[in-house]
Amino acid sequence: MSEREVMEYDVVVVGAGPAGLACAIRLKQLDADRSVCIIEKAAEIGAQILSGAVIEPQPLDDLLPGWRENKPPHCIPVSKDSFRLLSKSSAKKLPTPPQGNNHGNFIISLGALCAWLAPQAEALGVDIFPGYAASGIHYTEDDSVGGVIIGDMGIAADGSQKPSYMEGIEIHAPLTILSEGCRGHLSKQLIKKFNLDSDSDPQTYGIGIKELWQVKPGKSQPGQVEHSIGWPLDKNTYGGSFIYHLENDRIAVGFVTGLDYSDPSFQPWEAFQQFKNHPQIKPLFEAGEILSSGARALVEGGYQSLPTTEMPGALLIGDAAGTLNVPKIKGVHQAMRGGMLAAEHLSEHADGKGYDKALRASPLVAELKKVRNIRPGFHRGLWFGLINAAWETITAGYSPWTLKNHADHSAMQKLDNYQSPERHWIPRELPPRDRLASVYFATTAHDEDQPVHLQITEPDICISRCTQEYGNPCTRFCPANVYEIISEEKDDKNQRLQINAANCVHCKTCDIKDPYQIINWVTPEGGSGPNYQNL
Amino acid sequence: MKILVGIKRVVDFNVRVRVKPDGSGVDLDGAKMSINPFDEIALEEALRLREAGKATEVIVVSIGTTACQQQLRTGLAMGADRAIQVDTEEKLQPLAAARTFLALVEKEQPGLVILGKQAIDDDNSQTGQMLAALWDRPQATFASEVVVDDQVARVTREVDAGLETIEIDLPAVITSDLRLNEPRFVKLPDIMKAKRKPLEVIPLTDLAIANDNKLTIDHYAPPATREKGIMVDSAEALVAELKNRGLL
Repeated sequence: MSEREVMEYDVVVVGAGPAGLACAIRLKQLDADRSVCIIEKAAEIGAQILSGAVIEPQPLDDLLPGWRENKPPHCIPVSKDSFRLLSKSSAKKLPTPPQGNNHGNFIISLGALCAWLAPQAEALGVDIFPGYAASGIHYTEDDSVGGVIIGDMGIAADGSQKPSYMEGIEIHAPLTILSEGCRGHLSKQLIKKFNLDSDSDPQTYGIGIKELWQVKPGKSQPGQVEHSIGWPLDKNTYGGSFIYHLENDRIAVGFVTGLDYSDPSFQPWEAFQQFKNHPQIKPLFEAGEILSSGARALVEGGYQSLPTTEMPGALLIGDAAGTLNVPKIKGVHQAMRGGMLAAEHLSEHADGKGYDKALRASPLVAELKKVRNIRPGFHRGLWFGLINAAWETITAGYSPWTLKNHADHSAMQKLDNYQSPERHWIPRELPPRDRLASVYFATTAHDEDQPVHLQITEPDICISRCTQEYGNPCTRFCPANVYEIISEEKDDKNQRLQINAANCVHCKTCDIKDPYQIINWVTPEGGSGPNYQNL
Repeated sequence: MKILVGIKRVVDFNVRVRVKPDGSGVDLDGAKMSINPFDEIALEEALRLREAGKATEVIVVSIGTTACQQQLRTGLAMGADRAIQVDTEEKLQPLAAARTFLALVEKEQPGLVILGKQAIDDDNSQTGQMLAALWDRPQATFASEVVVDDQVARVTREVDAGLETIEIDLPAVITSDLRLNEPRFVKLPDIMKAKRKPLEVIPLTDLAIANDNKLTIDHYAPPATREKGIMVDSAEALVAELKNRGLL
């Protein structure tokens, strides 16, 4: 193999989300001479990021004082909060929990926020490279992280080189910052290699699915924030909905389900669609149209699942580490804070050593510690979870105990000894009709002639064991219908797994929830994947 | 020989476009913008001609706001030598665009102008033809193969009946079809090099182009949605249904 071309930087950041961009901006603010680049797999900044999103603005005030005079597009102050408990036919108002009070916060599009941050980083001298996937880690001779390897382009599905083949280069840097977001594929490798999670609980996750709607005039009340719990989820499944009212008759609607659900037959995408068709919800969307849709896993493990965030030559920040605050349902302010903290640490110290300690002494982790027992309380069902949440809120997290987290994939029950709960699901009328219709609005694009980026490490298990034991749950948890079990001819008993990799929206749910942990998500050719607009 | 290549900033082919609710245009809010794919092919062909020693310089040109400098930088990263942005807030129709190119042709004296056969936003397919007429030089449109030999270009064109090969004297205008080539990926270090390549900004007003748009757009509307079909059990039922609707 030929020597790859090399570019050198002082710091290479993987992922142009809020953590990576805040980190790069802060690095340049503190030391303009430091060379910094950001690698981003999306073809455009913000095109593969998805969040509700309501954000706390303080980190933005810190990073870019005066931003309120030059706001990102689609950014409006929250005017009203509501919190409801749904049953199949009713919606009961609940008092808004203190963590859910959004006074002073802003509704944003995280994609638009990142697209707005990027040129500000570039103006400070950060080199941003969208459309290039960091596909591997470059290790130095002493086996510490020395940068990243950019994925090759122009490789055919059979692995051969197409005429357009271009070898990816290496980017070398004394410090690599992983800000890939939840379940980053390089972060996953590094956590394993350096045993970063040996002192923490397994990370836990949720799957968030979101649509942006153009609704009929008069239905959107800009600034209004609505959340719900309850139906269509059973009491043993954690999750809930969000509806954020934007300007120009737009509404962002979404649904998050904890990936610690146990029912192998459960379909998170269907739960979201059920929610939209609830009699109290549906009128908002009737006669409207979908502008954009997508899905993304999010971290829910919090304090006790936070891995060690430093290793030789690299740091984990944002949701690549897992700093989202679940009771607040907010991660953006935490991600930005973590990014800035990493930059500040670097300006005071020669390298990343001591960052983890500084992080754990920071308000960022204090915020996580305070709420650490709320999310795991829901392992015992909705009612216990709510009472426990009230207790933890009243005691401000001073309980002498810390509840444990368990790996999500281990929560799934086998078909034999599990009876799915009665879900009381209703006929749906609102679009999209099915997951394929939904993927259409994610405008996801992958060159079909490239290696499948969803690698099954033990393909024999799928048909021989998984069909029997779990009924191939990948065909249900994937929000983009990537996995299908098919037979070549009708009545043919010889079934096989078909992976429609071109539909993938890079949410990482399969990598997380597959009960055998044999699905490995790797980066496709740079620039491939969803092209979200304002999600 | 210089080659002039036009590249237009258009909504990316992957983006699902939709008409604004008030019908005043297409909603491009947050949409990914790219080089028009046919223009990217035109640029690739120009670069290959330069690499084969048939040309000495490739100049990329775009007409629009400063936003299209992003596409020009991509063109420079692909390998163009320099770029010209004709700066205007106005949306030019093909005749005005052709006049603008003519002004640049007179200034730069290229041996060849390669344009995309059409832009995927308006799908006009007119600028190349109009430029050749205004310039009074030969044209070879819808090219799927280009062979340059001294002062002559042999161009294979994709026409309705199949392929047609013609020979034209240079200078000339060629417009690229889809099968002409497959554009290269941009190498990361070349993005950095592109930042240092010259990009000249010429205000459209300096070129004294008559921009008398011949078309005015009244409003935009999405195509009517197809109504839901019905299933019939038999041929008889189908015939009856068609008769019923006055179609037979």
